[in-house]
Amino acid sequence: MAADIVSADPTLLTGRTGRLSPVNRRRWDNFKANRRGFWSFWIFLVLFGLSLGAEFIANDRPILVSYKGELLVPALVQYPEEKFLGDLGFLAITDYSAPEISEEIKANGWMIWPPIRYSYQTANSNIPHSAPTKPFWLMDKAERCSGYPQGENDPGCTLGNLNWLGTDDQARDVAARMIYGFRISVLFGLCLTIASAIVGVTAGAVQGYFGGWTDLLLQRFIEIWSSMPVLYILLIIAAILPPGFFILLGIMLLFSWVGFVGIVRAEFLRARNFEYVRAARALGVNNRTIMFRHLLPNAMVATLTFLPFILSGSITTLTSLDFLGFGMPPGSASLGELISQGKSNLQAPWLGLTAFVVMSVMLSLLIFIGEAARDAFDPRKTFR
Amino acid sequence: MSTTMTDTLLSVRNLSVAFHQGGKTSTAVDGISFDIKRGEVVALVGESGSGKSVSANSILKLLPYPAASHPSGEILFNGKDMMTASDAELRQVRGNDITMIFQEPMTSLNPLHSIERQIAEILDLHQGITGAAARARVLELLNQVGIREPEKRLAAYPHELSGGQRQRVMIAMALANRPELLIADEPTTALDVTVQAQILELLKQLKDDHGMSMLFITHDLGIVRKIADRVCVMTKGKIVETGPTAEIFANPQHAYTRHLLASEPKGVPPVSDTSKPVVMQAQDMKVWFPIKAGFLRKVVDHVKAVDGIDLTLRAGQTLGVVGESGSGKTTLGLALTRLISSKGRISFIGNEIAGYSFKQMRPLRNRMQIVFQDPFGSLSPRMAISDIVAEGLKVHEPALSEKERDARVAAALEEVGLDAATRWRYPHEFSGGQRQRVAIARAMVLKPQFVMLDEPTSALDMSVQAQVVDLLRDLQAKHSLAYLFISHDLKVVRALANDMIVMRLGKVVEQGPSERIFTAPEDDYTKALMAAAFNMEAVDVPAVRQ
Repeated sequence: MAADIVSADPTLLTGRTGRLSPVNRRRWDNFKANRRGFWSFWIFLVLFGLSLGAEFIANDRPILVSYKGELLVPALVQYPEEKFLGDLGFLAITDYSAPEISEEIKANGWMIWPPIRYSYQTANSNIPHSAPTKPFWLMDKAERCSGYPQGENDPGCTLGNLNWLGTDDQARDVAARMIYGFRISVLFGLCLTIASAIVGVTAGAVQGYFGGWTDLLLQRFIEIWSSMPVLYILLIIAAILPPGFFILLGIMLLFSWVGFVGIVRAEFLRARNFEYVRAARALGVNNRTIMFRHLLPNAMVATLTFLPFILSGSITTLTSLDFLGFGMPPGSASLGELISQGKSNLQAPWLGLTAFVVMSVMLSLLIFIGEAARDAFDPRKTFR
Repeated sequence: MSTTMTDTLLSVRNLSVAFHQGGKTSTAVDGISFDIKRGEVVALVGESGSGKSVSANSILKLLPYPAASHPSGEILFNGKDMMTASDAELRQVRGNDITMIFQEPMTSLNPLHSIERQIAEILDLHQGITGAAARARVLELLNQVGIREPEKRLAAYPHELSGGQRQRVMIAMALANRPELLIADEPTTALDVTVQAQILELLKQLKDDHGMSMLFITHDLGIVRKIADRVCVMTKGKIVETGPTAEIFANPQHAYTRHLLASEPKGVPPVSDTSKPVVMQAQDMKVWFPIKAGFLRKVVDHVKAVDGIDLTLRAGQTLGVVGESGSGKTTLGLALTRLISSKGRISFIGNEIAGYSFKQMRPLRNRMQIVFQDPFGSLSPRMAISDIVAEGLKVHEPALSEKERDARVAAALEEVGLDAATRWRYPHEFSGGQRQRVAIARAMVLKPQFVMLDEPTSALDMSVQAQVVDLLRDLQAKHSLAYLFISHDLKVVRALANDMIVMRLGKVVEQGPSERIFTAPEDDYTKALMAAAFNMEAVDVPAVRQ
């Protein structure tokens, strides 16, 4: 029927046309056609890009300092107090918000602060009442500055020093922790997703391509492996090994790669009998090249469609471990810890609400992107 | 002829079909008109993409609306316009007055229902016949379409039937309500030649018995000549010529019709010459696939795909391997090129390659090449033509510089008649024939001595087929290539092969110079094959399955 119609492409191009093959160009167009996913993609990229520069957005050290004609970058380099106070300074780390330092710098130059003057572990020592503190816009001017020595007229009571989203129970700025928490969640999710994709795709590819005993044995192993109670094993291992980004990544990788094996194996099983694969074999192309050049692109469609969903799954797993207290080491910025603080401080709803909004926005964006990716790789999808 | 025979049953007037996709509109059918009289067989002939199937599907409004639309036209069936008919009225006509049979009998039948249930469903739906009466009618229909022992077949599921039997069941379903018009959309294209001849015979006989009209859609002129009263030749969405079959074949008016009629593969194969060096020789080749059963997977039997075949192939000569689907001809080719393992001796330009591993084979791979049947499947859609052709060069001549490789690719493309400037394009931008040329270029760029051609022309339109056959013959003469030409199409084999093997169920039925086999076949099966292929005649010998 419709397949009978030969649709001659009027825009036949001569010469090699960029890096995008027509297949990929169609996919990109399909991706763009899903407006929600397309916008989610850009919003997510911007948010993630911003959070990568978190040190320049939320930091207890200025971005740039001009001191006695010298340009310093405290956000990236730790300068000892000695640098500004001479023999009077004895601390290895300078507290730029301390009055003597800021006055010394102001007298001899200038400094640019990031919009939020707290890092994820800086405790605000000038909180108006006991922690957790309310967001500043829930208090009037007198109350919000009451923690500062000179009250309303204190030069330290500026927008950047106030806690936009309040503080947690250790007087740490929630906004700063949110930004760093978002970054670490996404980075963790990305690392885990990429690592498990590499392991899973390799395992699936080997199984699908070689088949036979290789396939049989690995399949049985995966069946046993994936029937383990993952969360309990994670808890046990996390209780024995010291918690940390890479330890957690390793532990979760042990189980998360299995998700990719099925789809990749199926794609390889299907595609290894394609005529162009057979043709490549007849040309004498070796197995590895055939797998990479001819089969992997087929499997990548399924894998890429899967990626955003695995990514959001990884983020959720990290958050739940953090919530239970088996995740990232104490003190690190984590959304799971923020949720658990919200649970134990019900009188401070800004804690739980912030964590909820960040998580839901992040996960929704990823799901929308995932949907758009799925559309993009669907060869039968048509848009009218 | 009686007066009712001259009545017009179906009249298509100025019918157009347009498809809309992604903001673009393409016209598939452009203002065609034709009539079908009662008891008449009209053939709609054209190459792929000519719009013949789309036209046939519009008669029953089976197109994917609203992606498809009809900018103009009317379809009068018994004086009633189908274009303006309501869905309820259309349902009355579909499967009742007008029925259709399709190309692929496997996908047209529901694999989960028995034959009886599928036929009885139609009887129930349109005539309200159920129970014993329905069973009697199903048996009668199965008898009519020539299913042997229909009582035993009632409970059979589609996968238990051969392709020909499935198509017979489809025809039985189409006949169930005694339709006035049967639309047959390439009903024999997926079938073997001997089965095709049987089905054509059956359709012809049913038409005579029931006085039914038929619209026959096909690309095969042999079938047209056999079955049609009148022919409409279609190209690019238009009917360019209409007339009685004999007249059109004897005296074609339109240039396209003449081109179509002249496009049967012509030319003569190379002359047999036993002084030429032997390129490929095989003795007692066997490819047995084990059938395993039981808990311990013990081998209980074998599927003997290739069972004891000897062959010798010399430089510049072509060995045709002929047989129906499932006869093991492709398996034989794959075993000779060592893509699947086999037993028996294979020697290739002095190497005993039967026991070679994949690694040991690699240095020889550039000497032996394969061209596959499906030009769509054999080219990776993700690689540009130049990369596809260069792939073998990268393996076998890694020392070539980028520039030298590109020059070789360009030369190979020019040699197969493609413009080298198009080498950065992707396969989907080429037509089927051009793609097959690319596949041939991929084989030729390595300068092989032996090429296995696995049905290289079967997926192509007639006129393109002839061009590819000419190209293959030229290349053979130029490079003194040895071809193993696998095909079910005897016309193409006759134009290319000087020696041939007729295979059936893995065994050789007849082997020898093709000249002799074509003029004086000895075996019954070969005779039946020839009769079916050249005259569309069904010969009833035990060797031919239903």
